[in-house]
Amino acid sequence: MLLISCPNCGSRDETEFHYGGQAHVAYPENPNELNDREWAEFLFYRDNTKGAFAERWLHSTGCRQWFNMLRDTVTYEIQAVYPMGAPRPAAAPPAAESGTASTAPDSTTTGTARPSIAATSTSTASRSTTAPEGATK
Amino acid sequence: MAETAAPKTSPETDLSLRTSPAELLRAAFEAGSVPGIVELREINFLTMVGLRVSRDTDAGERIASVTGGLPATCGAVSGTGDASVLWLGPEEFLVVAPVEAHESLGGDLIQALREALGDGAGQVVDLSANRTTFELTGPRSRAVLEKGCSLDLHPRGFKAGTALSTEIGNIPVVLWKTGDESYRIHPRASFAEFLGRWILDAMREYASPEVP
Ligand SMILES: [Zn+2]
Repeated sequence: MLLISCPNCGSRDETEFHYGGQAHVAYPENPNELNDREWAEFLFYRDNTKGAFAERWLHSTGCRQWFNMLRDTVTYEIQAVYPMGAPRPAAAPPAAESGTASTAPDSTTTGTARPSIAATSTSTASRSTTAPEGATK
Repeated sequence: MAETAAPKTSPETDLSLRTSPAELLRAAFEAGSVPGIVELREINFLTMVGLRVSRDTDAGERIASVTGGLPATCGAVSGTGDASVLWLGPEEFLVVAPVEAHESLGGDLIQALREALGDGAGQVVDLSANRTTFELTGPRSRAVLEKGCSLDLHPRGFKAGTALSTEIGNIPVVLWKTGDESYRIHPRASFAEFLGRWILDAMREYASPEVP
């Protein structure tokens, strides 16, 4: 079970959330000019990243708000939580020892203390490292 | 609310004909309650109003003046007098008020909220039939909830007077801690029977003497 840190509610079980797929898939600027293949690629084609992956999540049982999350698809480590519309923060370098899922950087298990979005995203954004080769497209 | 007149034998005109979502469990709730340890009952037909409005707008301030404030953060409950406002999201709130506040019984709460919203951006929706209310009380009520709720319900973190949207027994609910040993649980109507039976099952061990 992942513990996901909702920007509004704090750490909650993964079952309270719905996955919204890859983040930062921009709507085509001129959808009418796309041919069928390009339209299909916009609708259905997504990265299948091994490593840090930016994705959208919805806290459907809680505050019903969307947010973005940077998650390692191998270790399940949640590297950043950041608002919709914000640019993707830099990926953290691969952890030295991995293999266990880790939770987002926050210490509460109830919604009474809300983690600040800035705190969760800058912890990784401040590092200037980029994703490992092949981790992103 | 409806334009067409309901027949005289309808629950819309004769409120004594209304059936609450967990009505069929009423006897089971009584039988399953362990007096002084953990007790469960359904509170029928509370008035509930869904609000969607931004707190920072004029409409938000007008609504706040009707409800006695709008809560600012997750878990917060505000309100004065009979009506309480529960935080559901940054711009979404649930007003919970007594049965008599409903307009079918002559209450003016919903109308007052509608007028406060005016033409501002937002919604005021009568959701009284959306959820029902369970009241779980007694020293063992936290232990019962902890069987199916992964939040930290310890009083150091979950204080009386806070309410959280979460899951109990995999059912989405609003869990409102109304006192040190009392909780209100608001499941949607269609989940009420399942959740009622789930809570009864979780309560059952406390009817037996403790195993030394
Ligand atoms: Zn949330």
